[in-house]
Amino acid sequence: MKVHEYQAKQLFAAYGVPVPNGRVATTPHEAREIALELGGASVVKAQIHAGGRGKGGGIKLAANADEAEAAAKQVIGMTLVTPQTGPEGRLVRSVLVEEQTPVERELYLAALIDNSTGFPVLMGSSAGGMEIEEVAATNPEAIHRVQIDPAAGFQPYQGRQLAFALGLTGDLLRPAVTLMADLYRFFVEKDCSLAEINPLVVTKDNRILALDAKLNFDDNAAFRHPDILALRDKDEEDPLEVRAQEEGISNYVKLDGNIGCVVNGAGLAMATMDAIKLAGGEPANFLDIATANDPQRVVNALGIITSDPNVKAILINIFGGMARVDVIAEGIIKANEELKLNVPIVARLAGTNLEEGVRMLEASSVHCERAEDLGEAARKAVAAAGAAQ
Amino acid sequence: MSILVNKETRVLVQGITGREGGFQTERCIDYGTKVVAGCTPGRGGETAFGVPVFNTVAEAVEQQGPIDCSLIFVPAPGAADAILEAAASQIKVIICITEGIPTMDMMRVKRALRDSNLTLIGPNCPGVITPDECRVGIMPGSVFAKGRVGVVSRSGTLVYEGVDQLTRLGIGQSTCVGVGGDPIIGTTQRQVLEMFNNDPETDAIVMIGEIGGTAEQDAADYIKANVKKPVIAFIAGSTAPAGRRMGHAGAIIAGNTGTAASKKKALAAAGATICESPAEIGVTTQRVLKERGLI
Repeated sequence: MKVHEYQAKQLFAAYGVPVPNGRVATTPHEAREIALELGGASVVKAQIHAGGRGKGGGIKLAANADEAEAAAKQVIGMTLVTPQTGPEGRLVRSVLVEEQTPVERELYLAALIDNSTGFPVLMGSSAGGMEIEEVAATNPEAIHRVQIDPAAGFQPYQGRQLAFALGLTGDLLRPAVTLMADLYRFFVEKDCSLAEINPLVVTKDNRILALDAKLNFDDNAAFRHPDILALRDKDEEDPLEVRAQEEGISNYVKLDGNIGCVVNGAGLAMATMDAIKLAGGEPANFLDIATANDPQRVVNALGIITSDPNVKAILINIFGGMARVDVIAEGIIKANEELKLNVPIVARLAGTNLEEGVRMLEASSVHCERAEDLGEAARKAVAAAGAAQ
Repeated sequence: MSILVNKETRVLVQGITGREGGFQTERCIDYGTKVVAGCTPGRGGETAFGVPVFNTVAEAVEQQGPIDCSLIFVPAPGAADAILEAAASQIKVIICITEGIPTMDMMRVKRALRDSNLTLIGPNCPGVITPDECRVGIMPGSVFAKGRVGVVSRSGTLVYEGVDQLTRLGIGQSTCVGVGGDPIIGTTQRQVLEMFNNDPETDAIVMIGEIGGTAEQDAADYIKANVKKPVIAFIAGSTAPAGRRMGHAGAIIAGNTGTAASKKKALAAAGATICESPAEIGVTTQRVLKERGLI
C-alpha cells in the first residue's frame, strides 16, 4: 500500500525524522491560509501516488499567499501526467503547501529489504533527486549501503559509516545518524517494504530535512496497522481493483487486453497470461483466485471481469491443489445464474476433486468450452475472443 | 533416494485442527505420508485423523519420539512463531504452506535460522512431494509419478502444471519442491538445485521461476559452475507489466530488474534449455531427456 507525500511526512515527523513545515489543502483558499501561516513564500505540491510530479507541472513555487492560492487553483483538479502515471495521468485532488527550503545539497536515503539476503539495508546516495535505479545504472559508486542485523537492529556506527560516505560530517554527523536511526525504527515498526527520502537535503543553514518522502507498506502486515490502513486513498487506485479487494480478491490487476482470466495461483495466473499472448491474444487482467474455498469468490471474480467492457472471452484455468475444482464449479454455476454471463467461457480444470467438479458443470446449464491443457485453453480463448470481436 | 522427504519421514502437522490443515492432513495420510503428531495450542489430548494432537511442538517431540519434518498451516499472524517453535525443537525440515506472512516476520525468522542446520521450505508454497512415498503439502497427489526428474518452482500451481505435463508423457519425478512466492523464503531455487545436483536418483531438473528478484539469476550462476545434469527452465510473467505486484509478493518487476527476459537470458547462458511456453514444459523436457539419452 502507498500513501501520499503529506501523509508520509506526518508519519516521519511523529518518528522524529525532520520534514519541512506545511499542511495539505484541498481548496485554493485553504492553500492561501497555509501559505500565510508559513509566512507567504511556499511551495505547492500536487498529491498523487506517483513520482516525477515536477516534470508534469505538479510542483509550483509561490512567492506569497496570492501566488500559492493561484498555484493551488491551477493544480487542484488538473490531470497530472508524469513518467510514472502513464499517458492517462492522474486527477489531483489535494496539494501539500510547504515552506520553501533553501537547498545546499541533495542526497538520497532509503530503508528497504535486500531480498537476496533477507536482511534490511539502509541505502544512501550522494546523487539526490534522481531515481535510484538511474543512479545504479549510471553512477553506481555514488551508492552506499549498510546491512542491518535484524536481531541487533540499527547501530550508530553504521549510521556514521553511511553519513561519512555521504559527506554528512561536522555538525551534520549527529543529526544524520539520529535521522537514520529514526527512519529504520519507523521502517520496522510500521512494516514498510520501502521508506525512501529523495531528496534528503542539507539546507543553506546546515540542517538536514526530508524534502520528499515515499513509503510502501507490506500489505501482508496491514492487519496490525489500522492507523496506516486509515490513510489509504482509494481514489488513487483502479476502481475495479478496489472492488476486487472489497470482494475478497486481493490479487487482481487490470490490463489492456480482451481475454479475462480466472486462475488459481499467482504463478499459473502469470503463465496463463503468457500462454494467451503466445497464442496471439491479449489478457484483460491478472487474477489469482487464491485458495479460499468459497464459491462466492468465483462469482465475484467473474463479476469483476465482466464489468470490464473490453472483455470478449473468459479463460478459467484451475489446477486444484488447496483449491478444489468442485467448489470452483459451484461458483461458475452460481455466477452463470446470477450474472447471466453472455461472454464465451473456456474452462481448463484439473487437480483436486476434478471429477466431481466436472460432473456438476455437465449437469448444469453452463455453456463452457472445456480444454484439456493450458495450450489448448489459450488457443480456444483467443479464438473465442476473436470471433466475438 | 530423493531429497528432503521420503517414505521414512516422520511428519508433524502444526495447525492440524484447522479447516485447510485438516483437509490436507487427511490427503497426506491417504498418500502414505507418516503423520505421527499434530499440534494446536489448547487442543492437546484430542485426536485428529487418528493422529494425537499436542499443545506444543516440544510436547509432540517428547511424546512421539523423533520428528523429521513439520508441516505448517498456522494462519499468517502466527506462522512465523510456528516456524520458530518447530526450529526450537530442532525439526530438520520445516515446510510452511501459509500465505501472507509479513515480510518483517520472515526477516526475523531467516535471521534466527541463519546459523542452524535446519531447512525451511516456504512460506507461501505448496510443499514437497516425493512421488509414491511422501507428500508434505497441498499438491494434488494424483498428478505426480515416481521417476528421475527433479522439479523446483516458486509457484505452487505451476508445479502441478509442469508435473502434469511430465506425467502425461510418462516422465516421473524424483522429488518436487515449491520454494514459495514470497520475497523472503527459507530455501532458494539455487539451494534446491544443489540438492538435486547431489542426488544420485535425479537425472534432470525442471526449474520454474517467475518475474521479480534475482533468485533465478543466482540459480543460473550455480548451474553454470556446478550442474552437469540437464536443466529445463520456464519463467512465468513475460507479459506482466512493470511495477505491479503479480499476486506473489516477490513477483514484481522493479526498474529493469526481475524481468522474465533477463532471467531467461541468464539461464540460457548457463546452459539451461528455456521453454518459452508454459504449455511446453513437458515436451521440452522429453526432447532434452531423449537428446541426452536419459529416456
